[in-house]
Amino acid sequence: MITRLSHYSIYVLDQDQAYDFYVNKLGFEVVTDATMDNGFRWLTVRPKDQKDTEIVLMPVKAGHMFDEQTAAQMRDLIQKGKLGAGVFETNDCRATYEELKAKGVEFKSEPKEQFYGTEALFKDNSGNWFSLTSHAKK
Amino acid sequence: MDLYKRIVKAKIFIDDNYASPLNLDRLSDEACFSKYHFLRLFKRVYNKTPYQYLSERRIEKAKEKLKFEGLKVSEICEEIGFESTTSFSLKFKEHTGETPAIFRLRAMQTLQMAKEKPDHVIPSCFATQFSSED
Repeated sequence: MITRLSHYSIYVLDQDQAYDFYVNKLGFEVVTDATMDNGFRWLTVRPKDQKDTEIVLMPVKAGHMFDEQTAAQMRDLIQKGKLGAGVFETNDCRATYEELKAKGVEFKSEPKEQFYGTEALFKDNSGNWFSLTSHAKK
Repeated sequence: MDLYKRIVKAKIFIDDNYASPLNLDRLSDEACFSKYHFLRLFKRVYNKTPYQYLSERRIEKAKEKLKFEGLKVSEICEEIGFESTTSFSLKFKEHTGETPAIFRLRAMQTLQMAKEKPDHVIPSCFATQFSSED
C-alpha cells in the first residue's frame, strides 16, 4: 500500500541557479548533492520543516532522458511558465510574500484571499510557478 | 501590508545577526513596535516566539558549520552566539536528537559517500536512466 510521496521532480534549466533559488532564497535545505562520473547531478532539497519529502531539482538536458528536440520543448515550456509545479504552504502568506519579494523572488500575483486561505503565486528562476498558500486560521 | 514588512524586517534582522546577543527590546525596536505588540505579532505570523526562532537559526548555522567547517564544537558554539558549550550541546540535541559530535560524524560520512560512491545515494531508477547511452 502506498504510504506517502517521498520524491517529487521539478525540472530546472540550471541546477546551480536552482540551488541558489531554492536554498538561498526560499530557505530550503539540501538533502543530497551527488554527481555521478558521467556528470549527472542528483540534487534534492526540502523545506526545513518537512523531513519526509525530497524535491529533486532535475536538469533538462539533451543526452540521456531527453533527446535534443524533447529537451528544447521542455525548456520552452518551463521558460514560458507553462509548468505549475505545486503548492507551498506557509504559516502566513503575506509575511512570506514580503520576505521573498525582498529577496528578489518574482511574483505573478500578490496575496489574495481565497476560500481556502490566502494565496500568492510566484515563479522560480527557471520559470516554474507555484502557489504560496496559508490556510485560513480557525 | 506595512505591519508585515515590519515583522519581516525583524525576522531578517535575526537571520543576519543570529550570532549577536539579541533581546526583545532590540528586536521590537527593529520592527518599530512595542515589545509586547511585537511579541504577539511575531508569534502570530511565525507560530513561534522571536527567541524560539533565534534559537532555531543558531542551530541551523551550527549544523552548516559542523558539516562544512573544521572548527571545534567549542569554537562553533562561540561563533553562533551561545554562552557555553554545555548550553549549546543541550539545545542542539533538543533540536536535532543528536549531539553536535554525532551529527558531525554522520553528516561527514554522508558527504563522503555522496562524493566517493554517488550510486549509493542516488535511487537506482534515476542512476540507470542517466547512465545508459541512447
